[in-house]
Parts: sequence; C-alpha cells; structure tokens
Amino acid sequence: MKYTEEHEWLLAEGDLIVVGITAHAAEQLGDVVFVELPEPGTEVSKEDEVVVIESVKAASDILAPLDGEIVEVNEAIVENPALVNEDPEGEAWFFKIKPTDPSQMHGYMDAAAYKDFVG
Amino acid sequence: MTELLRTPLFDLHLELGGKMVPFADYEMPVQYPAGIMAEHNHTRAKAGLFDVSHMGQVILRGADVAAVAAALETLIPMDVLDLPEGRQRYGLFLNDAGGILDDLMFANRGDHLFLVVNAACKAQDVAHLKAALEPAVTVEEITDRALMALQGPMAEAVLTEFAPEVAQMRFMDVRTLDLDGVEAWVSRSGYTGEDGFEISVPADRAEELARRLLAHDAVAPIGLGARDSLRLEAGLCLYGHDIDQGTLPGEAGLGWAIQKVRRSGGARQGGFPGADAVLAQLADGPARKRVGLRPEGRAPMREGVEIFAEAEGGAPVGRVTSGGFGPSVGAPVAMGYVPADLAAAGTPLFGEVRGKRLPLTVAPLPFVPANFKR
Repeated sequence: MKYTEEHEWLLAEGDLIVVGITAHAAEQLGDVVFVELPEPGTEVSKEDEVVVIESVKAASDILAPLDGEIVEVNEAIVENPALVNEDPEGEAWFFKIKPTDPSQMHGYMDAAAYKDFVG
Repeated sequence: MTELLRTPLFDLHLELGGKMVPFADYEMPVQYPAGIMAEHNHTRAKAGLFDVSHMGQVILRGADVAAVAAALETLIPMDVLDLPEGRQRYGLFLNDAGGILDDLMFANRGDHLFLVVNAACKAQDVAHLKAALEPAVTVEEITDRALMALQGPMAEAVLTEFAPEVAQMRFMDVRTLDLDGVEAWVSRSGYTGEDGFEISVPADRAEELARRLLAHDAVAPIGLGARDSLRLEAGLCLYGHDIDQGTLPGEAGLGWAIQKVRRSGGARQGGFPGADAVLAQLADGPARKRVGLRPEGRAPMREGVEIFAEAEGGAPVGRVTSGGFGPSVGAPVAMGYVPADLAAAGTPLFGEVRGKRLPLTVAPLPFVPANFKR
C-alpha cells in the first residue's frame, strides 16, 4: 500500500491500482453524506479532481493520484456514503485506475512514511 | 490575529475531546469525538448539552419594568409592554431601513428585562442599546455568567432531577431556579426545534453544573456543528446567513414575531426603526421570501448556491442562505430566498452545484416538526 500527501491510499491489484482515502482523512472529514464518482472509462491526469466528497461539514475533492483510465468505481459508497467512515481502507474504496505510467507509484509514501506524515 | 476568547467551559470542552474552532471571536467546540451526526441524533432522541456562553447576556433596568419595556419598543417591533413577568419572546433589532441588525430573545424577569443576543453582534447591540436608551434605561452586559442549553425530549426529565419546578414551565417561560445550589436563570426555549432549556449560571459554577448534567445517562455534549444542523432542520434563522441588514422581517418569514399591537392599525403601531418599510412589506407582501428547499439528490446545497427557475439558461432567481445534510431528515436540506411567485411549497426549481443544475423543491418549514411544550 502507498499513500499520497492528499491522504489517499493506493493498492496494486493486478495491473490496476485501487484508490481510497485513509482512515485519518475520513476522521478529519467527519460524517460523509455524499460521494460523486467519475464515469468508468474516463481518462484522467494526475491531480485532476475526480471525486467530490461531502461531509456534514464541507465539500472536498479527491485528486487522481496517477495518469490513467478509471476502469471501475465503487457504487456502494454512492448508495451508502457512511461506509467511507465505517471502513475507509477496506470496503469503501473509491475507484480503480489503469495507470499509463506505473512508475508514478514510486513517488508515494509507504505506510511508515505516511504515519510520520500525519504525525 | 487577536487572541480568541474562551468560555468558562473551555477546559471541560478540551477534556471531553472537543475539536475547537474559532467562532465569533471565541474558541468553541464544533464537535466532540462522537461527531456531528451522532450528536445531532442524540439531541433529537435524548438530551444534548450545548455551551452557548459566547452569546451576549444583557440586563435592562429603569424606573420600572414598564418604562424599560416602553423604551425597548422604540428599537424592536415587538410587543414588549404586554409581555408578562416570567415570559420570553423572540425579537429583532432593526436599522432605519427595516433591515435586521440582530435577532434576540427578551424576557420579563420582574424588575428588569433580560436579553440574549448573538455572539457576533453583541458589542454592536450593546452600543446600539446604550446610544438609544441611556440614561433613562441602564444597559448592563453580563460578563460573569455562562449560558448553556439543554435540548431534547429528555431535557425536562433530566432538569427535573435538579429542580422539580421545571416540569411546570411551558415553552418560553422563564424562572430563577436553584439547580443543586447554583442560581440559574432558566428559560424553556432553544435553537434546535426540540423541547429544552437555556440556563444562565454564574461563570464560576458553570463547569460544576455542566459536569453534573453530563453525568446523567441521557445527556451528551453537543458542538456547534450539530447545533447548526438541528436549527436548520427546525427552520430557524442563523443571523448573518439567513437574515442580515439587507433582510426585512416580512421576507424572512418572521412577520409572526411582530405582534398586532405594533402593526398598522394596532394601539402602538410603528414607532420602531424602519417601521414604514417593515409594515408596508407585511401589508403588501414581500417580493421575495425565505423558503425551505429540498434538493432531490443526495448532494448538499450549501450557502451561496444559486437557485434557477429553469434547468438551462436564465439568470439566478435566488440563493441558498443555509444548507447541508439533515441527519433527521436523512437527506440534504436548505433554506434560501426566492421570488414570491416561486415560493409555494412544491415549486420545482434548480440549484447550481459545481456547475450543474440539480433539481430541488420548495418545501414547508420546519423540516422536522417542532417538539415544544406549549
């Protein structure tokens, strides 16, 4: 598992990367009440705003961590946004991306580095 | 940045794990570890304890309470003179154009009037009162008392354990009570749509009383986040958002707060700032109205979202002034202003969120039925 400074986690699954938000991010957001996901098939560039997530407090964006194609999205969190708070690093994954350049993964933090990052 | 102020319950908030944020010059808990949704639901189901000590508490005294009431009637369009001892009313300070300077609660406490005003407006309100009413009326801002609110269907049962007399109080009654040795000025009122009490106590006894209330199984601490979602579902205005200096009472849906005696044809009609504009709007009907709004989807429509009559094209017809997710409704809810001819419940409109026009419907307020003990 790799982590971004935007508090996303990235997990390799075959030639795809599964992306979600960390437990730390979910806790900071508070109760999630709305998630808007991209259409599968969307081509995205690193740092594009691809997901809108709204908590009881505020709206935030989730950025694409890699260049590539969104191949699958998790409709379960659209139907039940509270899942993001309940199981952010498991059931509540956001999307799966097929990266154009898998080496972009190398720039991200490992678990220990992310732990230091969030203090 | 000037240093933020702290309420007498600041240390208790930290001990309870409150997440502190700046609000109206104070450092206040926006939530506790339970989170906004759980705190909201707890208040609707049991009883929530809110620290509202940042709000302004003001005492007005004069030759007698009638003289003070007559003086206050020159600043607010409410019937103050006929307010019986031990009763409280909702009021509005107005500017010369009839715009709302602040909203407030005022109570007849026998030999004086007791006012509670918004934190962000309190310095301005006190200056306004002093400029207009002194020296005949003395205006004293009370800074040595905390204010807390105990809200929810179990609030009465909880407070009855401290003072059985609270069971006899009706909505908007005020009394001085002895709560386990603490002198408390209690009103049966609140800002959640639930039954409950607002309790003013000496600052140096506030933490002790708060701890005793929180020791009760039914009581949990509630932050500003849930306070906002509770009042929004209850259809209650937040000053500076749903009402401000550019809003007249009529268009804000607050005409009910202006009693007949102060309206055109009443025994004490007018005689308050902006009376001509305010009374004309009540008589003729406003051009725009504050309404409830129910977005059809799950996307919250927050303050600032522009409202359109059509799915495409055209200029905005209104704007959301408060909005978010309503935990008790289980869906997004909002309030905003729309033209009077689009203000009927059921009118389909659109709110523009992130560049997309999403359907919404004008809805009756409140979104959840009030649960007051009338």
